[in-house]
Amino acid sequence: MAMNKNATGYTFLFSIVMVLIVGIALAFTSLSLKPLQKKNEADKQMVDILGAVGITTTRENAKNDFPTFVKQRLSIDHKGNVLNSASGTVDSNDASDPFNLNVKKDYRSKKPASELNFPLYICEKEGESIYVIPVAGSGLWGPIWGFVALKSDMNTIYGAKFDHKTETPGLGAEIKDKFFSDKFQGKQLRDSAPYFTIEKGGRETDIHSVDGITGGTITSVGVGEMMNRTLSIYQLYFNSVMNSQANNNEY
Amino acid sequence: MSTENTAITPKRESLFSKKNRKLLKDPLGDSNPITIQVLGICSALAITVQLQQAVIMSLSVLFVMIGGNVIVSLLRNLIPDRIRIIVQLVIIASLVIIVDEVLKAYQPDISEKLSVFVGLIITNCIIMGRLEAFALANKPGPSVFDAIGNAMGYAWVLLAVSIVREIFGSGAISLPGMGQVKFLPQDWFLSSGGFYENNNLMILPPMALVVVGIIIWIQRSRNEALIED
Repeated sequence: MAMNKNATGYTFLFSIVMVLIVGIALAFTSLSLKPLQKKNEADKQMVDILGAVGITTTRENAKNDFPTFVKQRLSIDHKGNVLNSASGTVDSNDASDPFNLNVKKDYRSKKPASELNFPLYICEKEGESIYVIPVAGSGLWGPIWGFVALKSDMNTIYGAKFDHKTETPGLGAEIKDKFFSDKFQGKQLRDSAPYFTIEKGGRETDIHSVDGITGGTITSVGVGEMMNRTLSIYQLYFNSVMNSQANNNEY
Repeated sequence: MSTENTAITPKRESLFSKKNRKLLKDPLGDSNPITIQVLGICSALAITVQLQQAVIMSLSVLFVMIGGNVIVSLLRNLIPDRIRIIVQLVIIASLVIIVDEVLKAYQPDISEKLSVFVGLIITNCIIMGRLEAFALANKPGPSVFDAIGNAMGYAWVLLAVSIVREIFGSGAISLPGMGQVKFLPQDWFLSSGGFYENNNLMILPPMALVVVGIIIWIQRSRNEALIED
């Protein structure tokens, strides 16, 4: 072949063709797999929400189990006012469904709380209402997120579930493990900020705090930060619910 | 080089000819990518805390390595010399992204476990090293063997290091799909009044370097030819 493969023109041509082929291939892969990936993410979110209230389910069953336990999905603004409400099966194409609010994305966008909406899941388990709050924040290397479930008194932690993207295995990554999330059960929130603290090793823990992970200090601090930041907003909603309940009782 | 080519072409080489066996066997021992060429150390340090991660990483590297070697080998007469490194990087990165996307869609649980490690494959110097040193100058067939050999050479070191680190660091062994199995009884541990404590140093990256160092030491003490002046 009479082709000088070191000529500048050929080099440019090669790069252009390569970039086109690779670009098309990647765009095609990404677009054609997107619906499946979205479904997987939604399933995972349902599994995690149910996990925070102590119900274990699988990806396959999540779609059926979710509406059985999660009776209502709310979205609230930064002042604690209810904006939207949904129940029953999740419609992942309905933008007004609070389930489709992406707290991780909102956290990354760094928008002020006043521009964001916050989802809240109200579950029924053994006759008790349990409030599940999604939280998102930063660990040492990347995003961390989770769900905190509060009992019907809106103060006692019923359960929690945390996850991470890139925390150090064996150290910060252990926020994902059961032993860590189990520590939160039965703990209570303080009336004012900081609502809850993750203590460094060796310090005493009380009813308002848990022991952090040894060697995972920054990840543990991140868990505390995201809990407090998020709870400060939901607290407004809980206060208004409590007030209206108190008023109802008076009359 | 040209004489060698003409000598081979008339007779089809058998699948397990001496040359192909050498391609498979050498990277396991005397030209091991980690212990001898000291490539891919970064991932060997980062992901050998648990055995299951090492297993998954090894499989992913095997896949990307075969894919990359075959593609570069097929294109070897077309790639301009001046941008060959960029071309190799683009090929590796695309393969890795495709693997990641496919896993996310069809194997979400495995994808979650892999998380950051898939991305780390792009920066694995072994892959680029093999593309540059072998695939660019050889036919697809031998390139596949070279890829398998080197991926296996990488894998056994990774597995060995992670087994040592997990047993002494976490008192457990984990396999994909099985989760982590803690085999020491709970009351052996100091925290529940026993005598044993996991070695936390084993979990930290420096210990991976030490373990790799010990493997290198054993290997060189057994084979004088590897010892440098």
